[in-house]
Amino acid sequence: MATATTEIPSSPKHASGRPTQKAAKKAPAWLAALPLLVFLALAFGIPAIAVLVSAFSVKDPATGTSHLGLDNMTDSLQGAYRTALWSSVKLSAVVAVVGGVLGTILAQAVVASRSTMLREAVLTASGVLANFGGVPLAFAWIATLGNAGLLTTTLGLGDAGWSLYTFWGLVIVYLYFAIPLMVLVMTPALDGLRPQWQEAAASSGATGWQYWRHVGVPVLTPALIGGMVLLFGGAFAAYATAAAMVGATVPLVTLQIADALSGNVLVGHENLALALSLDMVIVAALVMAVYLPLRKRSSRWLD
Amino acid sequence: MLATRIRLAVLAATVTVAGATLTACGSAPDNAAADGGSGGAKSAKTATSVADVGGLDQLVKAAKKEGTLNTITLPPDWANYGAIIKAFETKYGIKVKNENPDGSSADEISAVKSRKGQGRAPDVLDLGQSFAISGAQEGLFAPYQVSTWAKIPAGQKHPDGAWFNDYGGYVSIGCDAAKITVCPQTFADLLKPEYKGKVALNGNPTKSGSAYAGVFAAALANGGSLDDISPGVKFFGKLKKVGNYNPVESTPATIEKGETPISIDWDYLNVAYADKYAGKGIQWKVAVPADGVLAQYYSQAINKAAPHPAAARLWQEFLFSPEGQNMWLKGYARPVTLPAMTADGSADAGAVAKLPKVKGTPTFPTEAQATQAKKVLSSTWATTMAG
Repeated sequence: MATATTEIPSSPKHASGRPTQKAAKKAPAWLAALPLLVFLALAFGIPAIAVLVSAFSVKDPATGTSHLGLDNMTDSLQGAYRTALWSSVKLSAVVAVVGGVLGTILAQAVVASRSTMLREAVLTASGVLANFGGVPLAFAWIATLGNAGLLTTTLGLGDAGWSLYTFWGLVIVYLYFAIPLMVLVMTPALDGLRPQWQEAAASSGATGWQYWRHVGVPVLTPALIGGMVLLFGGAFAAYATAAAMVGATVPLVTLQIADALSGNVLVGHENLALALSLDMVIVAALVMAVYLPLRKRSSRWLD
Repeated sequence: MLATRIRLAVLAATVTVAGATLTACGSAPDNAAADGGSGGAKSAKTATSVADVGGLDQLVKAAKKEGTLNTITLPPDWANYGAIIKAFETKYGIKVKNENPDGSSADEISAVKSRKGQGRAPDVLDLGQSFAISGAQEGLFAPYQVSTWAKIPAGQKHPDGAWFNDYGGYVSIGCDAAKITVCPQTFADLLKPEYKGKVALNGNPTKSGSAYAGVFAAALANGGSLDDISPGVKFFGKLKKVGNYNPVESTPATIEKGETPISIDWDYLNVAYADKYAGKGIQWKVAVPADGVLAQYYSQAINKAAPHPAAARLWQEFLFSPEGQNMWLKGYARPVTLPAMTADGSADAGAVAKLPKVKGTPTFPTEAQATQAKKVLSSTWATTMAG
């Protein structure tokens, strides 16, 4: 109370009373975010530090003592681990690009149709399918298109050289949840494209292609890339589906981490697993870095 | 003062008992000092044999007082564990809390480390042998020698009893005779063109113990040895190249669905599948391949910081009694004391007759050989099988 009364006389010294008032308002706003910040520090900060420390500590199997070193990190970037990391990046990139393009086209078709029923049906289905993952997803595909799958046996796909258990098989399965996710991301962005822009372009003599080339896609680019980053992350971190479906035939970094961290065979590879997770964090951070500068542009046009 | 006196008594008891070991003496004082519980529990905590607690009756009494046993990663459909747990519960009136039934040895060790001193830490562990050896090196286990200690063959137990093998089996080839005209009997058979896309492992050999043993057995069948697992990796590479390898991890569900009509797995699991699916359109036949005879055993260990030390020791006594050993046998696993039990006639002859026939003698990799094999496996498996 005392401070409040002293502040009031001092405020007329400034051009107006607003700046101090604003500052006074800002502090509680920041305080309100404190629980979130504490949660972030606990839920992400501590594990991140643990990963960092363990990834750089090397354990001597004979004496059981640890020291700081780069051995785990260099191991994690060599041989089978490098193959797995590269394969994971490739798979995620293909899923992000293919899923991103197909999802956007599907979302545009739904938005352009102007049918509320179709729109709601597609969005609800997308919401369900985007969350369909893990072992149930793998098993659904195995039962349908695996070696003894329903379609494989009835259509004789096996003799035609079809195999679900390959890189491209995994891409198809991942697209099953990636495309719906992209539809969910892109539909609001496509809604943000004002019909007036298209009309303005048309009355200036632009073709449909020109409209998309010069207006539509540039405005959508941030949302498009944001969605693709999301798909990349989803595919990059996916584990259970691949573990149940392809084993080692498509080497993936998440599978390698699981082998090293939790298994009945390899002993004492925990820190290597954490080094591999650190590699994943770095890759994810690099991909995010592409997206962040674009976020500002998206808010200029679409809100 | 009282604590010191009890500590001395415990120390004296430990020292006088035959078979007491250096490790036991070393661990006795700090266990006794750390815990101020009742006298019975304390002696159970450091007991290295049933005699230390004054005989089986005393052990049962102390265990009943604890009332609970924490176990971890015991799948009920694996080697008859479901029935074994139930039998233990009914016999002694002790509740078994089995955590994470489908977990792995690595999960068990991390539970021991992360829950040290907590009441929900696992009391007993069923580990892959390499985890038993490394855990003993780290001093995580309480040494204990069950009453039937002498029946466990040398080489299947830690000299102090920090771990001791419990049950095991042979690498075998399971096959659905309803779908496959002629079931493969050897590793060489698996390369035949008729098995295109049909041959699966129970998981990834860098993670699953049975798949790892499968690769080792394939090595023995293809000119490799216990010192050299790489022919096994090459064999699976070849299997992949000719199109016979099926990367789907075989589980009861994939077998039922027909997605893994041929599965390399422990013989006790494969034979149990045969029972499970009899009359469901699946004729699961099991063969132990004569060209790659490899057996492996899992190990028991007691958590040094077990919250229920008496129940933990009673569980081991139960498992290694003829009753417990015969229950594993009924689950088609070969209990570690089977040779001794066959000799003294305490083995269930009917269950022995149901075990798959094995030609040739089993071989076991030593710890050094296993370490070398894992190194080769973790660096070559993924690259060989990729593509």
